[in-house]
Amino acid sequence: MFTDVVASLYERNSLDDIISKVAKEVFIPLTVAGGLRTIDDLKKAFRAGADKVSINTAAIKNPLFISEASKKFGSSNIVVTIEAIKHADNNYYAYTDNGREETGIEVLGWAKKAEELGAGEIIITSVDNEGTGHGYDINLTKMVSEAVSIPVVAHGGAGDAKDIKNVIDDGKADAVAIASILHYSYAEKYLEEHKADFKEEGNVSFLNSGRNYSKIQKTSIEDIKNYLSMNEIECRVLN
Amino acid sequence: MQGIELMEDSKPKVAIIDYEMGNMFSVEHACRYVGLDAVITSDHETIMNADAAILPGVGAFSECMSNLKKFGLDTAIKDFIETEKPFMGICLGLQLLFTESEEFGISSGLDVIKGTVKKFPTLNGDGKKLKVPQIGWNHIYKNPESSGWDDSVLNGLTEKEFMYFVHSYYVVPENSSETLTLTNYCGIEYCSGIQRNNLIAFQFHPEKSGKEGIKIYENWASKIKNTEILN
Repeated sequence: MFTDVVASLYERNSLDDIISKVAKEVFIPLTVAGGLRTIDDLKKAFRAGADKVSINTAAIKNPLFISEASKKFGSSNIVVTIEAIKHADNNYYAYTDNGREETGIEVLGWAKKAEELGAGEIIITSVDNEGTGHGYDINLTKMVSEAVSIPVVAHGGAGDAKDIKNVIDDGKADAVAIASILHYSYAEKYLEEHKADFKEEGNVSFLNSGRNYSKIQKTSIEDIKNYLSMNEIECRVLN
Repeated sequence: MQGIELMEDSKPKVAIIDYEMGNMFSVEHACRYVGLDAVITSDHETIMNADAAILPGVGAFSECMSNLKKFGLDTAIKDFIETEKPFMGICLGLQLLFTESEEFGISSGLDVIKGTVKKFPTLNGDGKKLKVPQIGWNHIYKNPESSGWDDSVLNGLTEKEFMYFVHSYYVVPENSSETLTLTNYCGIEYCSGIQRNNLIAFQFHPEKSGKEGIKIYENWASKIKNTEILN
């Protein structure tokens, strides 16, 4: 899954180049998210090699965009991302622009509406937990997953493989999205193997420092899958 | 990983049938990766002149059928299959080959394979909720009634291999001996692959199923090359 998290903020959708490069070499499903606002944007993302597209800001602004998109491209290819923040009243509310803009829309109702309008899948992001390594928001994921009949992907908060097992077992997640916990060990390996710094990256001071968040265990996809398989959660393990 | 490099004009030509539905990009790149010359086309003659053809497809059954008819591709597909040249249907491209689908009432299909296309129920036999569409990795396994995978494009794959699925409907063929692979989704066992002579069709996406999926394309590419020599 490729997400340009500040795309809506800067009104851009420039992932097409990187997608088409990846799609030529990588034969697994790719989901593209970030700043997709019009049917034409979606068409371009699919042309570039996306298998699925995920929309949030544009769907909140105009919910009928979901039905229009699912009629045009098939509902299984239209993913709706919901960025949830828990408020003091204990309800979850949907945000846009990567958790920056409040919408006042309550998450559960929005998830059901997205399903009704033809979303094929929901990615439920806990903005509160994202990047913290404290684990997924089990209550949030369970609430949404039990309320809809489409697959729900849990996102935000994984600190180790056990967190992933928990959100599948207790949070009833149909799938999980992981990012941060894979990056630290990859960055470390990259530094070792290439005996290099991250000159070609943008903001490199964090990478070069070798620091990471103490709550996040360095791990790899293989390790996670082996752990899940050992714990009776079926997943595709490569030999 | 490096794809197989061959001179452009010695590569077998594959027509990827374009009816303005779905992602043909990944199918095209999988073909190129295994040394096939892929062309995305809706031209009857280009399709008929190709060494092999692929019917991909994503979207609604009835809309896809009406698009096929609009471009006159329904007859092109049937004509091509009659030539006995290698033909592969993927996802909706499998379902479209069937007699009819129960999507939005009853929609007629190409009727190349006798049978129907049914929607996954919302509950399975044990009353457990099914998430529909099925999106994700699932196993394919051998149909006990078929002769196995050794002579098919699945040669070299292990029983219960993981493949990538995205679908809400599944096919029910009348003649189960043409079923090459079975898959079980939450207790519902269904046909996920068909083989009849040079026609193969899969519910899953081999071009999205990692190296095992690419193995299917590789096997198919060798079959195309062998068919060419025989002709």
